Amino acid sequence: MTVFAADNTLAPKDEYQDGVVRAATIATVFWGIVGFSVGLLIALQLAFPALNFDLPWTSFGRLRPLHTSAVIFAFGGNALLATSFYSLMRTCRTGLASEKAAWFVFWGYQLFIVMAALGYVLGITQGKEYAEPEWYVDLWLTIVWVVYLVLYIATLKQRKEPHIYVSNWFYLAFIATVAVLHLVNNAAVPVEITSAKSYIVHAGVQDALIQWWYAHNAVGFFLTAGFLGMMYYFVPKQTGRPVYSYRLSIVHFWSLIFLYIWAGPHHLLYTALPDWVQTLGMTFSIMLWMPSWGGMINGVMTLSGVWHKLRTDPILWFMISALAFYGMSTFEGPMMSIKAVNALSHYTDWTIGHVHSGALGWVGFISFGAIYYLVPRLWGAKRMYSVALIRWHFWIATIGIVLYIVAMWVSGIMEGLMWREYDELGFLVYSFIETVEAKHPYYLIRALGGLLYVLGSLIMAYNLIMTAKGKERNESIPEDAMIKAA
Amino acid sequence: MAKESFQKKVEKNSVLLTVATLIVISIGGLVEIAPLFYLESTIEKVKGMRPYTPLELMGREIYLREGCYGCHSQQVRSLKDEVERYGHYSLAAESMYDHPFQWGSKRTGPDLARVGGRYSNEWHVMHMNDPRSVVPESIMPSYSWLGKTPLDYRKVSKYLETQRTVGVPYDDTDILMAFTDLETQVNPDHENYDAFMERYPKASVADFDLNPDQITELDALIAYMQMLGTLVDFTQYRPADDYR
Repeated sequence: MTVFAADNTLAPKDEYQDGVVRAATIATVFWGIVGFSVGLLIALQLAFPALNFDLPWTSFGRLRPLHTSAVIFAFGGNALLATSFYSLMRTCRTGLASEKAAWFVFWGYQLFIVMAALGYVLGITQGKEYAEPEWYVDLWLTIVWVVYLVLYIATLKQRKEPHIYVSNWFYLAFIATVAVLHLVNNAAVPVEITSAKSYIVHAGVQDALIQWWYAHNAVGFFLTAGFLGMMYYFVPKQTGRPVYSYRLSIVHFWSLIFLYIWAGPHHLLYTALPDWVQTLGMTFSIMLWMPSWGGMINGVMTLSGVWHKLRTDPILWFMISALAFYGMSTFEGPMMSIKAVNALSHYTDWTIGHVHSGALGWVGFISFGAIYYLVPRLWGAKRMYSVALIRWHFWIATIGIVLYIVAMWVSGIMEGLMWREYDELGFLVYSFIETVEAKHPYYLIRALGGLLYVLGSLIMAYNLIMTAKGKERNESIPEDAMIKAA
Repeated sequence: MAKESFQKKVEKNSVLLTVATLIVISIGGLVEIAPLFYLESTIEKVKGMRPYTPLELMGREIYLREGCYGCHSQQVRSLKDEVERYGHYSLAAESMYDHPFQWGSKRTGPDLARVGGRYSNEWHVMHMNDPRSVVPESIMPSYSWLGKTPLDYRKVSKYLETQRTVGVPYDDTDILMAFTDLETQVNPDHENYDAFMERYPKASVADFDLNPDQITELDALIAYMQMLGTLVDFTQYRPADDYR
């Protein structure tokens, strides 16, 4: 049975331009390892400040944006490029509208990453979280992104399927919305045309809301909608089952993109942002729980009728665990948006733990699942080099995530409680530095969790390289892990 | 044939799907963000706010460059323990000239919204050179190069001019005098002192890095930190006027 009409078997293979998909897949793995490793380094810097090396280029303040950008935009972005091009062609049963444009998007995007990263290390930054690249990098990304959008729509237009498949709705919403967010948030005036320095047009409270409207929807559209597109293509492919509910997909899509955009103010509760916006942001954040879980249910229930595959297929473990982490962090997020909870959690490590359960668990695992699906197909292998190594990757990374997020929960809630603890005479009990000291053991546990995650990704890289070389490790392989001849 | 549902239509038309998506995602942003630009209650009416002095502005550039906002917030929330720990909760007016804002999102280190005047310049110099020399448990990186790096302020008037373009009320004199004003702020004996203080009330004037030989990046950074949260006159401020 065909999962949906656009199966590999239904279009002539040579129509698909998979070269650019292969390149983006390699870039995903490369930047992933770079981004995870920088994360490990800065986690260790918080435990051992000597690791800042007393140098400008290696200090926490400059490496932190390098970490966040490398994992979100370089790892995540390339994963989205690879999977969006791959699934776009298959679900439309057509090649890309222009292969040149696709290569331009790929190389243009790598140039963006390198320019941004160099800027951080050298101290060239706009000083806006997750939007650090300066104006010239922003302009370049705008050009690349518009080509990506036009290419995507042009390819959809030449599809040989009457309907646009659901994964494409999500990818398209991701590309279009990120363009809007990027342009509004980065509006800036350069000091001189020859100067890297610029000033953001917005100021103070307005800039704060625009920034968090941007940053929250970088989560909502880059790290959620885009990766939901990935989920809607690769989970059905890997399970061999159609998406659980078409109707739920429609409700999921429209309600998710409508509600997400309102949620930004939950980053600014109890601040100088006017109360009416804070309350709106909190309300919509809570509502966002529903479409998020709708999407999770739609993904997990796609296993209906083939639950037994979970016993043997570690690629499905990644995908289904990704959905479980997605469900967990999209429950945690709305909860943390409640003002009373946020009063405790904001500014603490709890937020860091929350972000990483989404990033390591959802974004990372759904991408790993998709990569394990893609690589044998892209390099013409019958199966992954080793299924045992996929299992090893899964367990090592999962233990890593659990150590990471539990450490940050404990540390975050602890420091939040210490900041607000009063003695019987009505004085604050702890000085700030005492809370820093108390967090040290949890910073060690977090770094250990990060180390495991990096190790897992190295195992994956080895497994992928061997697969691309056409090697097959001598081990007993479950039936499901073989790729049926197309 | 029954009328085709809207969903069926957008599902078959990629341009329509894109346009519908853009409309749906615009609503929330427009409702929340646009009013902040015209509702007069958004920014409190307070006395004392002024644009940054040229030296403070250059110090702010160092603050941005080193990514200090990754660990330090500049936003005291309206919660009892925060007000007692850091001082009066932050007002929107206090960051009205901040391009970009620096409220931050994480307190790996303490909030800095009101750090101005809390510590001496000497303390800041020691702290930046080696944080653990004054706070043994600190996990902050050392910023020992700041005191050794001369501040590049050749283009400071350009910086002020661009700030004016994005809405900061510097006048022609401020821009013309920016270079001299910057040098004045590290030298209390400067002939421009009185004119400088008149244009930038409450500015702290000192050889911030305790090194009279040159104006360093550390001078600028400390000048910036010493003004944080000091401008608004809270004896004149009545919170009830700003209920929003």
